[in-house]
Amino acid sequence: MNFGLTEEHRMVQRMVRDFAQKEVAPVIQEYDRKQEMAPFILPRMGELGILGICIPEKYSGQGMDYISLGLACEELEAVDTTLRVVMSVHTGLCSMTLWQWGTEEQKEKILVPLARGEKIGAGAFTEPGAGSDFSNIQATAKRDGDDYILNGEKMWISLASKADYALVTVRTSGNTAKPSGGLTAFIVDLTTPGVTRGDIHGKLGVRAGSTGWINFQDARVPAENRIGEEGEGFKITMSAFDNGRYTVAAGATGLIRAAMEASVDYANERKAFGKPIAQHQLIQSKIAHMALNYEAAQLLYLKAGWMKNRGQRNTKETSAAKWFATEKSFEAANEAIQIHGAYGFSDEYNVERYLRNARGAVIYEGSNEIQQLIQASYALGERKDKPLRMEMPAYKEAN
Amino acid sequence: MTNKIWAYIDQFKGEALPSSWETIGAGLALAESLGGGVTAVVMGENVGAIAEQAFQYGADEVLVADDATLGDYRAEAYTALLAKLAADSAPEVILFPTTSRGREVAGMAAVDLNTGVLVDVIALEIVDGAVIATRPVYAGKLLAKVQCNAKPQMVTLRGRAFAKPEADAARTGTPTEVAPALSEEEINVKVVDYATVSGGVSLTDAAVIVSGGRGVSNNPNLEPPGDLDEAGQEVWRAQQGFKLVGDLAEVLGAAVGASRAAVDAGYIPYVNQVGQTGKVVAPDLYVACGISGAIQHLAGMRTSKVIVAINKDPDAPIFKLARFGVVGDLFEILPPLAAAMKERLGQ
Amino acid sequence: MNIVVCVKQVPDSAAQLTVDGGQISWGEAPLVINPWDEYAVEAALQKAGDLGGNVTVISMGKADETEALKHALAMGCNEAVLVSDPALAGSDNVAAARVLAAAIAKVEDVGLVFFGKQAIDSDTGTLPAQVARVLGWPALTLVSAIDELSAEGIKVERAIEEGRQVVTSSLPAVVSVIKDYGEPRYPSFMGIRKAARATIPVWALGELGIAAPAPVVAWPEIMAPPQREIATEIITGGSPAEITATLADKIMAEKVL
Repeated sequence: MNFGLTEEHRMVQRMVRDFAQKEVAPVIQEYDRKQEMAPFILPRMGELGILGICIPEKYSGQGMDYISLGLACEELEAVDTTLRVVMSVHTGLCSMTLWQWGTEEQKEKILVPLARGEKIGAGAFTEPGAGSDFSNIQATAKRDGDDYILNGEKMWISLASKADYALVTVRTSGNTAKPSGGLTAFIVDLTTPGVTRGDIHGKLGVRAGSTGWINFQDARVPAENRIGEEGEGFKITMSAFDNGRYTVAAGATGLIRAAMEASVDYANERKAFGKPIAQHQLIQSKIAHMALNYEAAQLLYLKAGWMKNRGQRNTKETSAAKWFATEKSFEAANEAIQIHGAYGFSDEYNVERYLRNARGAVIYEGSNEIQQLIQASYALGERKDKPLRMEMPAYKEAN
Repeated sequence: MTNKIWAYIDQFKGEALPSSWETIGAGLALAESLGGGVTAVVMGENVGAIAEQAFQYGADEVLVADDATLGDYRAEAYTALLAKLAADSAPEVILFPTTSRGREVAGMAAVDLNTGVLVDVIALEIVDGAVIATRPVYAGKLLAKVQCNAKPQMVTLRGRAFAKPEADAARTGTPTEVAPALSEEEINVKVVDYATVSGGVSLTDAAVIVSGGRGVSNNPNLEPPGDLDEAGQEVWRAQQGFKLVGDLAEVLGAAVGASRAAVDAGYIPYVNQVGQTGKVVAPDLYVACGISGAIQHLAGMRTSKVIVAINKDPDAPIFKLARFGVVGDLFEILPPLAAAMKERLGQ
Repeated sequence: MNIVVCVKQVPDSAAQLTVDGGQISWGEAPLVINPWDEYAVEAALQKAGDLGGNVTVISMGKADETEALKHALAMGCNEAVLVSDPALAGSDNVAAARVLAAAIAKVEDVGLVFFGKQAIDSDTGTLPAQVARVLGWPALTLVSAIDELSAEGIKVERAIEEGRQVVTSSLPAVVSVIKDYGEPRYPSFMGIRKAARATIPVWALGELGIAAPAPVVAWPEIMAPPQREIATEIITGGSPAEITATLADKIMAEKVL
């Protein structure tokens, strides 16, 4: 059992860290205050190959493994959550789903430009009336000749106004035994007539990002854009979350680290009662928890990444990693503010932004309540993973 | 050419670099233990005045190579000549100022002479007849005592680490003329063009430096001209801030420096950067305006005699090194400070 | 014509350094490519096209010091060589220059050798010129831009104290670059994969065909800089006019003007 990172992995870490620290860190506070996404982020991440990091070279991706994806997400979120959100939706939800479930034509036509960063992808599942209760989504797709007509609204969609494509799951049949059996997934060109989108402002966190809504009004989507078969939408969406959730887990781990490093730096500088506060035990306790939780969170997501590399079904592990890391990142950010005292309450320091960002991850990509139910269902023996019609292949190194 | 100690006088277009005179001062100090006097070595074109100055600063012998081929500094020409002179006369120590040229000639001549070079030295002592030099390493985080066990011991001195001797107009002498070692045809490198950087005191020679950091753009009260985009507005604000920095510098006769953050943000050219990846300076007075004091910056100015810091952030690391600090807005502090200094300096 | 770029492996600039029994220790801090050398690699990669050859990156160090070389390979260099021999421990700059020159001489058809301005551990900045001297090639140091480059010669801009110089020379030549040259590229992911897999040949003194040059510079002592007793005085007052008046008086009292 080898717990070490390979030289390749360490080089990936350093490269992504350098990019995020040099190019984003100096300006992120400004964009967070303005509630705007910095215009250079998507093109730059595309240019550097980060957006297509784990898509095979055959489809113009960078051909790195899933641990590299996780490490990259950890480094990105250590600077700001919005960078990792890009990976979660463009790479995790959209690109990797196409890679796993798409036809060869769909991969050539859409996955290739996504992997190159020439086009941006998003994942559109949540609706104004349905989040955790995903089976009950109301947006519909009605077959009409060679097309489907889409109607409905999706909400809380990251990169809604920036993306070119979205993986969209909608209801094609109301007549199935279970509501989840009537769902179908599509890869939708967001410039299709009938598709409108807009931004949502006033979020507590992830403010330097782009979150919005997508509305479908008789939008005509070609049948060749359907992913998988009619009725497979629920399974496809859940398997998409295995990838999106993984990036959230890895990213939240980076956030724990950022909160910890900020706390250590501050505690070593700030003096109270005659010594640096790092020498006071209550402060040490907070830092010790962060350190422990960072190690544990990292081990959880790296294991999930390792399983992905081996082509092993990892729904349970990814869910556990997401739950743990996001909960602990919120705690870490909260304690980091406390360590900073009044300065933690001001946006002159990064820790208040960490807290506001961390709060989102506890809600999205499967709320932590859902993750608990998932873990219970595995632990109680109620849930057994059945093989999927299309499995994510094991990582194969390119020649 | 009997002196054991030589001082290399760096010059540019017929003017000696002020730090060159410090080599004569350091040489005279060494001569007190090693005996003899100091021989100054001058290379260039139309450098007669420099030879005179060398005597005035305390050299008792001056070797001058005054030739068109030496007008522009070319490493091959200068190195070949110095190596030849040293091979002929076998000095024990040759001191150089740590300028771009001094460092290079010392290093290259060391190859020719099969000896070693001690670079950017801040202190010299003689222990059991050997010259021991102290020099900063790892960006000044540590100091190393170093010695060269071959002769001549080539040593480059950090600017302003050694006292400049007093010039005595009454000290005169006759320079010894020497011929260049290479003809023009033998010199591969040609200098084709030259452009000065906009005037002002050179950072590394300056006794007083006023520096601006990223904080110089931080004045939301300023109204930039309407035709600028966001980035342009920030740079415009920074330029207003640097104007205040420049005003104070002018009153103090100071050079203007900048932190890496200000340079990276495009507020001011790299040539003004002070720090680990910029210039290392050791002025008598360093005024840091809107500079937080990142480790890289401190590495470039921590040995300044007196540091004054002006910053809005009371926890800025620069205050730890500062002799005097003002927690305040540089836009509010610099103008009255310049006025107050102007008054006290009788301007 | 081919290009060589020389890189050094140094402790990360954020490392906490301690002196233990005359040896410098950087604890767990990683060894990284000398920051200045990244600019040299960037310059080499940019100019490879002009000379139509390959870029070989060379580093002199201990047998396991390959991080800098791997980083350079990941940035896009074609070949890497580690020059390593126990007999080279304690080499001074002139010795290192002789060794690197011997290694460069082993590479075929070299037109240009790139160095970074200086190494952030020893901070001497003389090696590029010294290697040039051993090779008998022109040294063009402190280069901020390369205006022209072909097999016939090179034209560069140098940033010296007094301003910018434009200088020409024939090839082969040695060039050291400064930050103004341009931001170094990140390693590409494919480059990272290739570099991680690469086995880097090691040239010992035998391969170079030279004996270990005897170093003449010794470091008899290393110490932490003396703690400066600084009594920081924060100047306060009712108004900027009051504060600056006090500050001005205190500055005058220090007699530094």
